[in-house]
Amino acid sequence: MQVILEQLINGLTIGSFYALIALGYSMVYGVLKLINFAHGDLFTFGSYLGYTVLVFGAAFLTAHFGLWGAFVVATGVAALSIACVGVVMERIAYRPVYRAGRLPAVVSALGASIFLQNAIMVIWGPRFQAYPSEFIPDAKVMLGDIRISLLQVIILAMSFLLMGLLYFIVQKTTFGAAIRATAHDRKTASLMGININKVIFFVFTLGPALGALTGVMVGMYYRQISFTMGWNYGLKAFTASVLGGIGNIPGAMVGGLILGVLEMLGAAYISAAWKDVFVFVILILVLIFRPTGILGEKTAEKV
Amino acid sequence: MEQVISPEKKGLRNSRLFILVPVIAAFMVYPFLVSDYFIDIAFFFGIYALLGLSLNIVLGEVGLFDLGHAGFYAIGAYTTAILNTKFGIPILVLIPVAALAAALFAYVVFSPVIHLQGDYLLIVTLGMGEIIRQALINNPFDLTGGPNGVFGIDFPRIALPGIGEIFVCDSSIKYYFLIWAIVGLTIIGLKSLQNSRIGRAWNYIREDEVAANATGIDSRHYKLLAFVLGAGLAGVAGNVYACKLMVVSPESFTFWESCLMFCIVLIGGMGSIPGVLIGAAFISLFPEIFRPFAMYRMLIFGSAMILMMMFRPGGAWPRKRGAVEFRSLLEDSGRSDA
Repeated sequence: MQVILEQLINGLTIGSFYALIALGYSMVYGVLKLINFAHGDLFTFGSYLGYTVLVFGAAFLTAHFGLWGAFVVATGVAALSIACVGVVMERIAYRPVYRAGRLPAVVSALGASIFLQNAIMVIWGPRFQAYPSEFIPDAKVMLGDIRISLLQVIILAMSFLLMGLLYFIVQKTTFGAAIRATAHDRKTASLMGININKVIFFVFTLGPALGALTGVMVGMYYRQISFTMGWNYGLKAFTASVLGGIGNIPGAMVGGLILGVLEMLGAAYISAAWKDVFVFVILILVLIFRPTGILGEKTAEKV
Repeated sequence: MEQVISPEKKGLRNSRLFILVPVIAAFMVYPFLVSDYFIDIAFFFGIYALLGLSLNIVLGEVGLFDLGHAGFYAIGAYTTAILNTKFGIPILVLIPVAALAAALFAYVVFSPVIHLQGDYLLIVTLGMGEIIRQALINNPFDLTGGPNGVFGIDFPRIALPGIGEIFVCDSSIKYYFLIWAIVGLTIIGLKSLQNSRIGRAWNYIREDEVAANATGIDSRHYKLLAFVLGAGLAGVAGNVYACKLMVVSPESFTFWESCLMFCIVLIGGMGSIPGVLIGAAFISLFPEIFRPFAMYRMLIFGSAMILMMMFRPGGAWPRKRGAVEFRSLLEDSGRSDA
């Protein structure tokens, strides 16, 4: 029982990574019907920026802000910079293309992904980079019989806080209603006076910022990062957003958490080598029975 | 209505011949003029052309998003590798076997999910590709050799009983002609398929599936057929790839390969055979041409993809036929805004 619960917590930790990245995919998809393949690389970029801040600012940061402050500064810098990169990328790579249809935008997104990935390689080099361990809390917390690391508690708290915040913005505020309306029907939404460009700006700042934040957390959790990791996380997170129902924001959160837990349980109780196969088989089974994902709405097709 | 070949159409046919003959001649002469290194580049151009043509059936003709095509390619390559190294079956005999294995796999796997729409189908194909790759790495039944793969694959040979071996494909130049002969035959086949009942049904489904169903086209059947044919062709590409490299390993069949195939079709132009060739040339030759730029070449490659889509969103050589007819139809009915 104790082991299962510990695995569950591990699964939730990974799941919250997937969920936070999946939100970026799902928001962009909802508004633009575009699969933003470069999102995984923005996540990696954020991870590397956080790494640089922590390594080069180590003495300064700990002197002025303390250990926790350094972490906050690193995530903050990464999130803000990547939000800017996200907006610039949208202007350069996507805006000129998405009028032409959905598929050219896919190629453009893949091009942006290759560009970013190789830019990261050129800047930081092709080798693994290790996060500085002095910034990573290694205390353990006992919850009854279950032992979890303090870092996991922080990650989970932060992820759920962010997801809650985003849920609130999207579901309860007027601007959130504008986002949902745009996702539902862009043309009609713009006729109703919604500023579509503002919505696009919002999803292309917030999505990448969440991705970058996750990047720093992943760096601290696994302690090493590589320039190609965006592909793997991106693939899983995209899968998560489809599992939850793509374009649906609560769906992305649910999908990510479920995916993480499934992966961890699969690794623990079936076989570590086959865990990805297990995850994708579940995904396919879910889609056979619920063709638009777990929370996806079944919309009648217009003829 | 009576079919009349107008003078303009005849002229078009002649001008096409003027392009076609020199291109084929250039392909025949090319390997005798350059070193083995450049012949090998042209060989991989051929492999990508074949893969692009196979994905073009699914993505270009029917408009189904398939980001797991490398899986079928892998099945073709591994079928060839395993049957050749374990049982000594000749490579050329294995070409249809590899094609059938990939096609059968596509049929079994896509039968239950073919009703999924757009991006949901895309994620299933993507997951399928990853499942295959993971399975190959995990070495089930000790068949696939794990991360190292299978090695020691034979050359393609033709041996006749009583006479002995009459042909061994053991040099770059022979492989070059092998792959381009297959590509040539495939193009001829696909060309006639495009103008057949099947090709028209595919295009109809791509343009409007609901309307296609309403006119009695069994879209499920035709979509599956596209997957099966596309997978079969990718299996053939896998066969040739396996015997050229003499070793197959899972890292040759990653998600990235599927993305490249996707880009080949879109950069060239959906459903356009010359377009696919241009797309394959771009994907296989571009990184070679920019090799002097070393680590910056993939940066240039990524930017080039974005620029291509900015300036030619329909692809380098978009397919004309359907679009022209469709537009004239709209103009006839007085609405061209659609």
